[in-house]
Amino acid sequence: MSELSSTAQQAVEDFQGCKQWEQRARLLLQWGAQLNELPEALRTPDTLVHGCETRVWLVLNDQSKPPHFQIASEARLLRGLLALLLLRIDGLSSAQLATVDLNIWFTQLGLSKQLSPSRSNGLNAVLERMHELLKQPI
Amino acid sequence: MFLPSPWRQFFPGILALAEQQQVWLDSAATAQKPHVMIDALTEYYQQGVANVHRAQHMPGERATRAFEAARRSIANWLQAGEYDTLIFTKGSTEGINLLSQALAHHLQAGDEIFISAYEHHANLLPWQQLALSHGLTLKVLPMDADGHLDVDYAIAQLSPRCRVLALSTLSNVVGHKQSLQRLLDAAHKVGAWTVIDGSQAAVHERPNLQQLQCDFFVCSAHKLYGPDGVGVLYAHERAVAALRHWQFGGEMVRHCDYQQAEFLPAPLGFEPGTPSTANVIAFAAALEWLQNLDNPAIAEHEAALHTFVLEGLRKRNMQIIGTPNCALVSFNAPQVHHADLALLLGEQGVAVRAGHHCAMPLLQSLGLAGALRVSLAMYNDGDDLQRFFIALDHALEILQ
Repeated sequence: MSELSSTAQQAVEDFQGCKQWEQRARLLLQWGAQLNELPEALRTPDTLVHGCETRVWLVLNDQSKPPHFQIASEARLLRGLLALLLLRIDGLSSAQLATVDLNIWFTQLGLSKQLSPSRSNGLNAVLERMHELLKQPI
Repeated sequence: MFLPSPWRQFFPGILALAEQQQVWLDSAATAQKPHVMIDALTEYYQQGVANVHRAQHMPGERATRAFEAARRSIANWLQAGEYDTLIFTKGSTEGINLLSQALAHHLQAGDEIFISAYEHHANLLPWQQLALSHGLTLKVLPMDADGHLDVDYAIAQLSPRCRVLALSTLSNVVGHKQSLQRLLDAAHKVGAWTVIDGSQAAVHERPNLQQLQCDFFVCSAHKLYGPDGVGVLYAHERAVAALRHWQFGGEMVRHCDYQQAEFLPAPLGFEPGTPSTANVIAFAAALEWLQNLDNPAIAEHEAALHTFVLEGLRKRNMQIIGTPNCALVSFNAPQVHHADLALLLGEQGVAVRAGHHCAMPLLQSLGLAGALRVSLAMYNDGDDLQRFFIALDHALEILQ
């Protein structure tokens, strides 16, 4: 599996340093605020991720190498989770991406609970959609 | 403690959740179970099981007697008439699917089905799909800003083309008890079958089906302190013969050869296969127990909790959906996404529901992406609500 970037390493340290859920929540909100969101114009029914109770839009920019995802979400904490997701996978090639275990990543951050199998926050649906997009011939 | 619940002690699940630091405020989704219900399940399985209605041996006889006694007991709790029929289903959802299929042969293109704007998916989708496949018109009766059905308007819409009127008496989102008697009577006069979805309402007020005079009524056991996977479909004496058999298999057959078959009338003709015997018996046990409690005191307790929730939410300027008057309240915090709030309440061990509550069209019509819902049952107490409000304040402090 590909190694963590230095920013990702720093995020792990920051989240592991959180002693309480409040600190974790505030940190997530900060990450969400930093997310460079998919522009409004591209938030269309086509880019909407199905299976999220909260609306999330996802676009794969297949012109860039390595592949680059752009995401937007209505909810701020989910936006934070998505920003952390992108932090882990940004800059990876498709082949490298396939080897990333996001369960491990979110566990490292102390956020594994957010990958629950219920549809409650939609993170899983986003992951599934990413895999679908990557499988499409580029 | 204020608003203590004398009934809390009877629910091991609520006590176990409390030990896990969880406050259960999602009873409109499913209720915790009383000891008597769990004991009835265990007892049934421990004494030796058998299929009902087919064997001549002693265990089969015993199971059949217990199963049919449970049917009578549940009919009694629902205050059904002596000649009315009770069909066991998997729950309200299956009950309404059964009706939409079993009445379909009476309906012709251009006929109308009436539902309300506040129906949950279970009382919308079976009718919607029936309308689509049979060329029927699905008419959605509007509600006002308070979440009340406009009964006069609804009555004015009725015509002989209306063949089915299917309504909930208590919406799982708006939480407002509807008075539907006049509408039911008017619908009956134009020859429509009247279907009442009592999934939410029956939990908070014992139904009186003889008084209600609807043709069909459904409810689910799991919301009513009973087990999962069982529900009832009540059919009024005058309406039961309108139903055509819809699922086929063992136990429903009068005569069968390779090319054709004759079926038993309701209820057995509508209960093919081995029924959920243990659950039916345990459901009856839960209702018998419920009936013997001080029901006015329970209603008073739930009303006091409800008032406390409403006042607390109003004091914090939460945006409440409609004017709820029973057991639940849906709301949003200004400028805060419901999913964010739900996540932070979850972090603090408060179990409330967030999302569209299986009523997407309703929330869309209100211009909302979703909402949070607090729902109450007899076992909740003042401490639960205080924990909820502390958690809410804490979450809002972070999010606002």
